[in-house]
Amino acid sequence: MITKLNVASIFVLDKDEALDFYVNKLGLEKGHDVRQGSYRWLTVRVPGNGTEISLEQPGSPLHDDVTAAQLRELITKGAMSSLVFNTDDVRDLYETLQARGVTDFTQEPIEHAYGTDMGLRDPFGNAIRILQQGKVAQKVTA
Amino acid sequence: MTREIEDLNRRLLRARDAMDRAYAEPLDVRAVAAVAYLSEAHFIRSFRATFGETPHRYLQRRRVERSMFLLRETDRSVTDICLDVGFMSLGTFSRTFREIVGETPSDYRAANGPVLAPNCIWMAGTRPRAASRVAMRSSSFGEADAPAAP
Repeated sequence: MITKLNVASIFVLDKDEALDFYVNKLGLEKGHDVRQGSYRWLTVRVPGNGTEISLEQPGSPLHDDVTAAQLRELITKGAMSSLVFNTDDVRDLYETLQARGVTDFTQEPIEHAYGTDMGLRDPFGNAIRILQQGKVAQKVTA
Repeated sequence: MTREIEDLNRRLLRARDAMDRAYAEPLDVRAVAAVAYLSEAHFIRSFRATFGETPHRYLQRRRVERSMFLLRETDRSVTDICLDVGFMSLGTFSRTFREIVGETPSDYRAANGPVLAPNCIWMAGTRPRAASRVAMRSSSFGEADAPAAP
């Protein structure tokens, strides 16, 4: 039986820039930062939550140059990774992110039957959604 | 060269996001092109090369997707929904909806009830896919230039 999602990975164009965004802008914390030869194992995570998000950069030693270039094009088209987080106050977080200089919102907070969510992109094009879960509405019978 | 493509892609994606966000407003292609720091013609050409359809067609699919949601989930009139999602005339809305979805707004509503699933999933999952050759040639947000029904 699988007991936990331990590590998920997303592709970024630059690990340092990604670390700055995910920690200093979005408010995650740095997890592992280990160098093994030319490879840097770098993760971030939601504070207090065990799942690591590995920040992977296309290129050597994982990818040949052509593959890396293809991946970079797909990332910047918004066609690669996405993440969904939960928050306890999405409107407050929206203001906090704006104050920290985040501008790339794809959706301001909007209420739905299942809660209130907002959307943004990381500096590279990856989609991020943040949901404040609400009570699930009764099925509409109209 | 590859860095230039990445930078262009990112700017085009930002412009596409702007259409997703402001679909209900009257959008003109010049304003959206400005989000990508491109001229109108360059924007249309680059957007199509990058995302496989014209900005106009992308916006139409976004609006039709939202109208499908409102048809399913609300009891607002077709005319109100048409205006809600950014179309200026019922005729254009009905023609575009039928061209993309394959049935009229009323028939779609009659056949589809409300669904409880996260909005972002439906946005991606129910976005109509068709990109007809007629629409691919179209290069304007102006409804006067909207493609005629096939």
